[in-house]
Order: sequence, then structure tokens, then C-alpha cells
Amino acid sequence: MIVVIDYSVGNVKSVCNAFHHIGCEVELSRDPAKIAKAVGLVLPGVAAFGYAMEALGSAAEPVRQAASAGKPVLGICVGHQMLFDQSCEYGPHKGLGLIRGNVVPIPPVQTVPHMGWNLVELPEEMDLFTGLRPAKHFYFAHSYHAQVNDRQVRIAYTDYGSPLTASVQKGNIYGVQFHPEKSGNHGLQVLKNFYAICAKR
Amino acid sequence: MLTKRIIPCLDVKDNRVVKGVNFLNLRDAGDPVELGARYSDEGADELVFLDITATIRSRKTIVDLVRRVAENVFIPFTVGGGIGTVEQIDELLRSGAEKVSVNTAAVKNPNLMAEAAKRFGNQCVVLAIDARRSKTRAGHWQVCIKAGSEPTDVDVVEWAVRGEELGAGEILLTSMDADGTLAGYDNELNKAVSDAVNIPVIASGGAGKLEHLYDAIVKGGADAVLMASITHFDNYTITQMKQYLRDRGLPMNL
Repeated sequence: MIVVIDYSVGNVKSVCNAFHHIGCEVELSRDPAKIAKAVGLVLPGVAAFGYAMEALGSAAEPVRQAASAGKPVLGICVGHQMLFDQSCEYGPHKGLGLIRGNVVPIPPVQTVPHMGWNLVELPEEMDLFTGLRPAKHFYFAHSYHAQVNDRQVRIAYTDYGSPLTASVQKGNIYGVQFHPEKSGNHGLQVLKNFYAICAKR
Repeated sequence: MLTKRIIPCLDVKDNRVVKGVNFLNLRDAGDPVELGARYSDEGADELVFLDITATIRSRKTIVDLVRRVAENVFIPFTVGGGIGTVEQIDELLRSGAEKVSVNTAAVKNPNLMAEAAKRFGNQCVVLAIDARRSKTRAGHWQVCIKAGSEPTDVDVVEWAVRGEELGAGEILLTSMDADGTLAGYDNELNKAVSDAVNIPVIASGGAGKLEHLYDAIVKGGADAVLMASITHFDNYTITQMKQYLRDRGLPMNL
């Protein structure tokens, strides 16, 4: 079973609905025992960074351990940003530190927030995007993005006046800045691919 | 670069999608959840659900509808109609809507937009404006409230600017004169508003042909086009609309 981490805030149900729709059972939980047993973990994207990290609270350590043990982890939007060292949204906040890098404001070349459908170039070596290459549109809604300082990380970019980090992969750790649960059939395919990655283990 | 958006609008009455002409003579257009799921699957960029009855009884129904839509629709959607308090907005967002649109209540209490934006972020707050061409002042439009039934003295362009200042993240601009006529959007209206604000404008009312969509974006300056009649009654598919706009050089999610 894939466990969607429950922050008890905002709308985490959209992600669960999308997994149900593709025939994948998920459980909404923050119980360390369930996190340890899960085949994969999803960190959904709700609220501001500091708020989300605080809400994650005692579940942070089990998530970090599971990720280090090789369990597939998918962070979505703020959940993706939480994979990094820190963010400066409303003051500095520490992240999970699973990927080296910082979450910084989107360069104000165009209107912020970056909201709507944008094209993401999908590199060959990222298995989250099987069947979707070379590029697809996904739905974004964010004001901050990740600046990656980690050589082991594969990165997919989107262009918004300047290149923004749209997705990252470091081994079993995956992050998507866009919302796959709100990106129509292509987004559902990303979730199917994650499900397949979890099932393979 | 962000794409231009195609947004089917589902006016909901008694749990059915309906569509009229100039806000009158409603025709049945199907089940809202089924139709929403079909549009989501066909590649629509967003959906708008408007509760056009907006009574106390229908409000409960609309929360339930939003939940069912969220289970079957995997693109962003906005819900509106008779929403008057921050608590109602909270309930709809928690039920799965990305955005909530306010109209009559915002005119009566503009602070509602500020409160909602502060609590949920500007991106959740859509200011819906029903605009009617002024009979006395050329090049002006008046804001109408209560599903278009009550004209006010408020000027549409001034109201849109005020809405942005108060925290609206988007303007859903409906021309009552063009609504349901299939004769084209009111692009003079769209241009006047899109030139005056920095937030996205969704053009609504009057789409009948593919070139109308192009004109609303290029001549009217709209970031998104909303339509009902031409898609509910199968004149054009979402893909046909997107292909047409892409072929004419606009960035589309296709």
C-alpha cells in the first residue's frame, strides 16, 4: 500500500482521489508503523513550507528513514520543496534535507504566482515520465521553486521567463513541482508510473 | 510560457447542467459530474461550476456536488453561485475546489475578497462580474448582481480594478448582452478590463464559432476563454478548439 502523508490541513484528498481513479489503493496516514510498512510514500502539496513542515512534525523522521532505506517517495508541490535542505518562504525553514538545495522565490520576470499549464521537457533518464516524453504540459500553482545543488539529481525544467525546476529525481526520491492530480490524463500517467515504481520493489 | 486556457462552464440547477440565452430559456445539458469528467478526460484546462439557483437548500447540494466532482475530475475547477462568507469558501475549498468565485456578495461586501485572499491566497479567489452595456454611457458597462437580475450603479472596469486591489486573483467576466447568443464575445468589454488589470481575465459569454475564441484572446486580451453552449451541445470538441487556436499560433496545452 502507498501511504499519503496526512498533514491534517488543507485538501490532501485530491491526491487520494486521483490514485483511486487509476486503481491504486492508498491510505492517508501519519502513523510511523504504517509509513515503515508502506511500499511507497507521497508527500502531498498543501499550505506554505513552514506550516507544512510543522504539520509533518513527528512524521518527518519516519519519512526520512524510509527514504534513506530506498523506499520510493514522491513529493508534490510543497511536498517536493520539503525534500530539500531549506526554504525562505516566510522566513528560513528547514526541510527534510534528502536532496541538496534551497527553495527560493521564482525570479519576478513574469507574474508570480506561476499559475496554469506549462510545458515540461522530460529527460530520457527519469522513470516517472515513461510514456510521456519528450515534453508535456502540467498544471502549476506556486511562488517558490527549488534551486538544486546536488550532482546526483536529475532535473526536468519548465520555462517561465527563466528555467524553473519542475521535477527532480535522486534514486528512489522523486519530486514534482506541478500537481499531477490536477494535470488531466498526463498527470494521472505520472501517478501510474510512480505506482509501477513502488510495485516493482 | 503559460498556455491560453479553454474552460467549459457548467451552470447547475437542481443537480442538472442547464444553459440558456441571455440568462433565460434554460435547456438541459446533462449530469454535472458526468459532463465534468468528460471534459476533464477530453483535455479541458479547467472547469467552472456555477450554482445558478443559489438558495440555502441548493448550497448543501453544491458542496456535495463539489465532493463528487473532485472524485472524478482531475483538472482544476472553480465553483461559484451565492457564496457569501469566508466559511462557505473554506468548505468548498476543503471539498476539493481549487478556486471559488464571488459575485453578488462581493459587491455588497467587497471586504469578503480581502478576507478570503488573506486566508486562502489570491489564487483561490475569482471575482465574477456579470456586465451589461450601459444604455446611457457609451463604452461603459454596469455590474449586475443576483444572477444578472439586478443592475447596479457600479462601473465594470472600476470594479475589476478594485477587485484586484482587494485580492482577487482572477476576473471571470461575463457579457450578459452576448451570453448564449453564439454571436461572439464582447471584446470591447474584454479589452477594457484586461487593459485595466494585471490579473488574468477569463472571457465569457457569446462563443459560437472557433474564431470567436481566437478574437477574445487576441483582440480582447483574455488569458482564458469560457464557453457553454458550443461545447455542451456538441458543436465543437475541446480538441477541435485547441487545435484551431494552436494552428493560429497561440500556446495551447495539446
